[in-house]
Amino acid sequence: MEKDQDKILNDVTTGEYKYGFYSDIEMDRIPKGLSEEVVRLISGKKNEPEWLLDFRLKSYRHWLTMKMPTWPNLKIPPINYQEIIFYAAPKERKNLKSVDDIDPELKKTFDKLGIPLEEQKHLSGVAVDAVIDSVSIKTTFKETLAEMGIIFCSFSDAVKEYPDLVKRYMGSVVPYTDNFFATLNSAVFSDGSFCYIPKGVRCPMELSTYFRINSANTGQFERTLLIADEESYVSYLEGCTAPSRDENQLHAAIVEIVAEKNAEVKYSTVQNWYPGDREGKGGVFNFVTKRGMCKGENSKISWTQIETGSAITWKYPSCILRGDNSTGEFYSVAVTNNYQQADTGTKMTHIGKNTKSTIVSKGITAGHGQNSYRGLVKVLKNATNARNYSQCDSLLLGDKCGAHTFPYLEVDNQTAIVEHEATTSKIGEDQIFYCNQRGISTEDAIGLIVNGYAREVINKLPMEFAVEAQKLLQISLEGSVG
Amino acid sequence: MLIINNLKASIEGKSILKGISLEVKPGEIHAIMGPNGSGKSTLAAVLAGREFVEVTEGTVTYLGKNLLEMSAEDRAKEGIFLGFQYPIEIPGVSMVNFMKTAVNEHRKHKGLDPLSASDFLKMMRDKKELVEIDSKLANRSVNEGFSGGEKKKNEIFQMAMLEPKLAILDETDSGLDIDALRIVANGVNKLKRPDNSFIVITHYQRLLDYVIPDVVHVLYDGKIVKTAGKELALELEEKGYDWIKKEIENNLVA
Ligand SMILES: Nc1ncnc2c1ncn2[C@@H]1O[C@H](COP(=O)(O)OP(=O)(O)OP(=O)(O)O)[C@@H](O)[C@H]1O
Ligand SMILES: [Mg+2]
Repeated sequence: MEKDQDKILNDVTTGEYKYGFYSDIEMDRIPKGLSEEVVRLISGKKNEPEWLLDFRLKSYRHWLTMKMPTWPNLKIPPINYQEIIFYAAPKERKNLKSVDDIDPELKKTFDKLGIPLEEQKHLSGVAVDAVIDSVSIKTTFKETLAEMGIIFCSFSDAVKEYPDLVKRYMGSVVPYTDNFFATLNSAVFSDGSFCYIPKGVRCPMELSTYFRINSANTGQFERTLLIADEESYVSYLEGCTAPSRDENQLHAAIVEIVAEKNAEVKYSTVQNWYPGDREGKGGVFNFVTKRGMCKGENSKISWTQIETGSAITWKYPSCILRGDNSTGEFYSVAVTNNYQQADTGTKMTHIGKNTKSTIVSKGITAGHGQNSYRGLVKVLKNATNARNYSQCDSLLLGDKCGAHTFPYLEVDNQTAIVEHEATTSKIGEDQIFYCNQRGISTEDAIGLIVNGYAREVINKLPMEFAVEAQKLLQISLEGSVG
Repeated sequence: MLIINNLKASIEGKSILKGISLEVKPGEIHAIMGPNGSGKSTLAAVLAGREFVEVTEGTVTYLGKNLLEMSAEDRAKEGIFLGFQYPIEIPGVSMVNFMKTAVNEHRKHKGLDPLSASDFLKMMRDKKELVEIDSKLANRSVNEGFSGGEKKKNEIFQMAMLEPKLAILDETDSGLDIDALRIVANGVNKLKRPDNSFIVITHYQRLLDYVIPDVVHVLYDGKIVKTAGKELALELEEKGYDWIKKEIENNLVA
């Protein structure tokens, strides 16, 4: 009985990573290592204005005084920052006017990933910013969106074309002193997406950024800034993959969101960085700071994440609920399989009156995976009638893995209502047999059970991606039961 | 249909079934009765392909094939249905999705194309009416939060959907109120055909008032100790199992 279950679990958790290929693209790389010189070099490569170089330098100097956090429930091997290449970009072709000017090898890469760069080939209703290693390659539907006043471009272009917006908002939600990896990012970030939705505009299509790490020994440090002006709405999605490599790769990103009065932002992530092999060799270290500020009253920010990749994930998409009646949401499914580790959760800070937050976290752990939920609900003194509902569920496949929950509560206002529920369940042999007895194979049974478990979160994703996410969940657990 | 010959089985080294022989012919309804712990569910588990029960001796032939060599899902697709004594909850998985997957797996096995969404929903509707199951139940997650009786009715509904050749109902009548009992019994009677068979495991004569068995077996301590017609059930109801126990002991002495 024990043996069968072991076999089943083994089989489902040994599926292969399907995006592990490497593309041979002509690259411009700077020498490895980190120093003030390197920070200046990156800024120089990008022809940045003085104010941005200053921002980088003060971040770098601050970073030198910081230590890597040790509080996460993760075993992180030491990272040698002198061995990492901090900037790698496909060799630029002059005057990139149309898609035809893009290196065909690059186009092929994105085609293979299912992200065609030609607009006509694309899913209707989705605009994409494609980022490879340190730079953004192409943003689709830029012109269509511009007609409505929506700015959607690479971060680098935004610095050149909309410096006032960037200056006003960059670092306003995640200050450069925020934490070790955010500070590192602030010093060396290379590119990312920038988005501004003007007052009163409902963005008519899904905006999305697709991140791809390609080069070896290269860190990816992108920065996304998303601003929803008053009464606006946008739904944003990011996806990410990387080649399978034996070495670990560092990804330390920042996402900042600002929602003004009555604005609503939905931010969805389907994170599928290379998780390392079955023995735990290689894989991406995903150390990300994501935070949204509900600045105006009645604003709303909603995070949805499906985390299936990375060797180590350290990530807490958070909301600062400053505007009265503002709402923050966090819906998460995190899968750890083989030797993957995840310490993820959220932070909801209630500042305004009548602010509401909802946290739904679903951990799925298989193989030797370790999955921790860490969440902070903080209600400040003036946040009258704040409400929070948290639900943290863990699903275990097998008995070599672990699930942990670390909920923190800091409530300084008596009128707050805070609810927390947590469950841990095992995927039952009984459930699988019940499916078998109805003619459903074990592999499909696991798919059904896991997707049923994650349904509440998957339902929050835009339709096109919900289907993708379901497949991804099944693939990432393939072989762990069966 | 089904021939069981000298079947012995154990769980974690403990012998539970101690030599069972039984033949079920097409169109027959067999009732299996017997005290708690006598091995009725274990027998059902062996037939359905539960791996934690280890078959140590004997053979089971189903439609001319060696049943014990088949995987649980193949047995299901070949027409064996088990109505569980304790149906399992699968949170978040809708009955619609669950049944659609199951029905289409059965169809694939028969070389048929999957049903279209509208055909499938129509089938659900028809079967729901046939077995008089509440529409709302079929819109919920598989057995999640169902009452004991609702779970049992849901088993009958699934049986109706999958149209098995051999249905094994393990105490599907336990915990049912009178109306539900009638629904379950009617379900069986409506699905009964000259070419399919039922094994009904029960403790109560009252089900057998509605579902008339051709044969009644008494299972006691892992063995079938008595086989007779439907009147045996009545006798058991009146006299309890002590009478059988005594008979066995007397036989042993004699
Ligand atoms: N998973 C298991 N592990 C250990 N022992 C088991 C297991 N399943 C059944 N048994 C044992 O096997 C014996 C037969 O159990 P079984 O469930 O077949 O009885 P039953 O006739 O169906 O009883 P009931 O009328 O109470 O449903 C019992 O002694 C029981 O404790
Ligand atoms: Mg039983």
